[in-house]
Amino acid sequence: MNFETTIGLEVHVELKTKTKMFSPSPVTYGAEPNTSTNVIDFGFPGVLPTVNREAYRLGLMVALALHADITKYTHFDRKNYFYPDNPKAYQITQAEEPLATNGWLEIEVNGVKKKIGIEEMHVEEDAGKNTHGDDGYSYVDLNRQGTPLIEIVSKPDIASPDEAYAYLEQLRKTIQFTGASDVKMEEGSMRVDTNISISPIGSDKLGQKAELKNLNSFNHVRLGLAYEEKRQAQVIMAGGSVRPETRRFDEASGETILMRVKEGKDDYRYFPEPDLPAFEIEDDWINEIQSEIPEMPDKRRSRYINELGIPEYDAGVLTQTKEMSDFFEATIADGANAKLASNWLMGEVSAYLNANKLDLLATKLTPVNLSTMIKLIQDGTISSKIAKKVFQETIKNGSEPKAWVEQKGLVQESNPEVLTPIITGILDANEQSIIDFKNGKDRAVGYLIGQIMKQTHGQANPKVVNKILMAELNKR
Amino acid sequence: MSLLDKDLETLHQELVAGDIKATDLVEQSLDTIEQRDPQLNAFITVNAQQALADAVALDEKGIKAEDKLAGIPIAYKDNIVTKNILTTAGSKILNNFEPVYDATVVEKLSQAGMINLGKTNMDEFAMGSSTESSYFKPTHNPWDLDRVPGGSSGGSAAAVAAGEVFAALGSDTGGSIRQPSAYNGIFGIKPTYGRVSRWGLIAFGSSFDQIGVMTKRVKDSAYILTAMSGKDAKDSTSSKQEVPDFTKFVGQDIKGLRVAVPDEFFGDGIDEEVKTQVEKGLKVLEDLGAVIDHVQLPYTKYAVPAYYVLASSEASSNLQRFDGIRYGYRAEDVKNLEDVYIKSRSEGFGSEVKRRIMLGTFALSAGFYDAYFNKAAKVRTLIKQDYERVLADHDLIVGPTSPDTAFKIGAIVSDPLKLYYKDILTISSNMAGVPSASVPAGFDSKGLPVGMQMVAKRFDEGTIFKAAAAFEAATKYYEVKPSFKGGAR
Repeated sequence: MNFETTIGLEVHVELKTKTKMFSPSPVTYGAEPNTSTNVIDFGFPGVLPTVNREAYRLGLMVALALHADITKYTHFDRKNYFYPDNPKAYQITQAEEPLATNGWLEIEVNGVKKKIGIEEMHVEEDAGKNTHGDDGYSYVDLNRQGTPLIEIVSKPDIASPDEAYAYLEQLRKTIQFTGASDVKMEEGSMRVDTNISISPIGSDKLGQKAELKNLNSFNHVRLGLAYEEKRQAQVIMAGGSVRPETRRFDEASGETILMRVKEGKDDYRYFPEPDLPAFEIEDDWINEIQSEIPEMPDKRRSRYINELGIPEYDAGVLTQTKEMSDFFEATIADGANAKLASNWLMGEVSAYLNANKLDLLATKLTPVNLSTMIKLIQDGTISSKIAKKVFQETIKNGSEPKAWVEQKGLVQESNPEVLTPIITGILDANEQSIIDFKNGKDRAVGYLIGQIMKQTHGQANPKVVNKILMAELNKR
Repeated sequence: MSLLDKDLETLHQELVAGDIKATDLVEQSLDTIEQRDPQLNAFITVNAQQALADAVALDEKGIKAEDKLAGIPIAYKDNIVTKNILTTAGSKILNNFEPVYDATVVEKLSQAGMINLGKTNMDEFAMGSSTESSYFKPTHNPWDLDRVPGGSSGGSAAAVAAGEVFAALGSDTGGSIRQPSAYNGIFGIKPTYGRVSRWGLIAFGSSFDQIGVMTKRVKDSAYILTAMSGKDAKDSTSSKQEVPDFTKFVGQDIKGLRVAVPDEFFGDGIDEEVKTQVEKGLKVLEDLGAVIDHVQLPYTKYAVPAYYVLASSEASSNLQRFDGIRYGYRAEDVKNLEDVYIKSRSEGFGSEVKRRIMLGTFALSAGFYDAYFNKAAKVRTLIKQDYERVLADHDLIVGPTSPDTAFKIGAIVSDPLKLYYKDILTISSNMAGVPSASVPAGFDSKGLPVGMQMVAKRFDEGTIFKAAAAFEAATKYYEVKPSFKGGAR
């Protein structure tokens, strides 16, 4: 029997605001436990929530970037459950009238493009964090309590682990470009829960789904789903049936492990949050936010290809992150040749970042310095070889390329009056090479250029050297 | 005569002139509490030391003519949080809870120079109509110590009626200011929902709860309500609506005032003596120039069941935070997290609170939500529309505040439904969010006070003050003092 797979993804993304969703305390990462809190976060008796308008604005921006329909009349709801990291014993969320519905993203897997629908997205508050100490006590840190979140729920359009991976990449990229979130899995500003089911091909009924949690990277999502796809098929082929259960991905074994079997549905007793009046999203506000959305990665990518002549693959890499893309744009805005800028970012810059495990913005390289260096290559002031030295200096120490090149005397020698005597001198000393050249051995030219470069410490302009050398050889 | 029997303007003039000091008022208040409270049990916490210190500081600073409220003793219902002062909401689960902040009303009135004499007794989490469900023992009615003071703001009402304090704040979710005001022969007003900030009010039914004020005299409440009203950035449900000086309405005549009297407010289950007394009151209004018109509010009969579904639903969620983890009572001898929750809550909450948590939890449960919560929400809309319709061409709706006068302590604790139905006349105002007050309207044959309820359009408390003050001036029921009879123990 052959199966088809249906995958659902629920993605939580922290919205990047100064203060919390329903309280004025600051949003921080890595602060001392319970220092970024106030009476509201602690759920003290008598406290009331107020809506952070900026958080909602960022939510709307994400929704618009995902082509979703904005809900005009909306309200918040309470989701009730007891847990120590949930101090009010309810989470304020949007259950009935979510922020937006019916969005989509386009993904590409193995050259095939596909639209993945987004069922709905809603704004809510994050919970705190429980940690379990070695001393037998559990500890509650409410710093994260109340951090604004947007939850994005996909439609059952994802049909393979690879599509899930591509969807997450595209989602991360899109949200990152809006600036609404850092979308970093490793810092928890993006979190992914998945569910997966399989059913015989052609069946119009979806199979029983299992949930998969504890996924720390997109790659784990892909690996976990792939394992689960196989496991479910084996269960069914062996005559069994998939249970409604929650499993977690085990990194070491690459397997999914049962956490708990779900019995019945959780009842969160949702009802409208009486402390926050229902509200209307004005068209003017939507239009204003729409106009503020930065150019999305796909648009940038095609602009790079069509207007700047960047190869498709390169344009894709450049638009992988907003930092890289913005850096590229700033570099060419300062006058650097687009193709050279692209080559440097894809080549030397990426290699440096990988080797040193750094983010682009964590280095001392600036778009102006990169552009200055590229312009020095363009106008022949330095050779590409020298440029590599200049680059290392600039990215490590932040030196201004032009000044550094001059200070170190690395300017390329292009003056024929200086170069000609050096070249004739080398020809005089290498009679055999001239004979070889006359006999049609091209290697001789390479050898001679090498000698010239050696004598000029690599600073001779290769083009000029080539020209003079050929002329001098023909004279002999 | 006690100093606290005078009206606010008189006290203020004497304070400014230096004839009396704030310290005198606080001492008078503390003396009366010492004398009466062992019988009444109106206070859970008496803030004696701090109140005296505040009065001394104020006297040293001097009271200026513009500081109308400065030096006046006030008490707060114990579900209004007060910084560093025990705040229990009448519950064991908060029997050790000292808030770290002041409610907005406390902040505002303290700013205006009012002196906090302490925290008054109440039904646990404001759930009740008799103050019998308090963990801190029932409060007794100063007119007859064997009787309840009403509730849930029974402590506030009894304290004001007994002259223990000049004024008190209460909270009103379904009648909890008006009914005890009626039972104690004082004036009490529940303002429009959104008029007064709820920041710092321990929530019961968030979409109904409103803080209000209770005094012997109408104008005194007008002064205090003016000072404590207004938009609060910390409460999204508070209104931007401009706050008039409510005292300006006091003294205006009521000629041509259009008064609607709903037939439903004089139907079955309303005590005959109460009816007679309120009808007399209506005659007084008529004599003062009001035009009486009989109307129907047909959805009144659904108000009680709908209210108990909605308010209990909200309460079941609001009261979840009392889990023994961060503050309040925590059970001992617990083995795990679930134990902490179950034991702390089982031991910390009283039976009425548990009943409403169960009721609300049930009404919100999957599968029952539409039949209960949603249906009740629709009834609420209909009641709101009923009120809007009547108030579109009337200035005031008038009727009894409560179906009866104060009943005996213990008489109906075992019959919650009967107790719930005592709220039938007051609940609709909370459902509709309209302002509503109880004005003293005389006494029944047992000498127990009867209250007359006045309901106005949203944000039209002014009309209530106008009519209530005119009625007060014509009847002067405030001159009759409670007898403190009964209570032989």
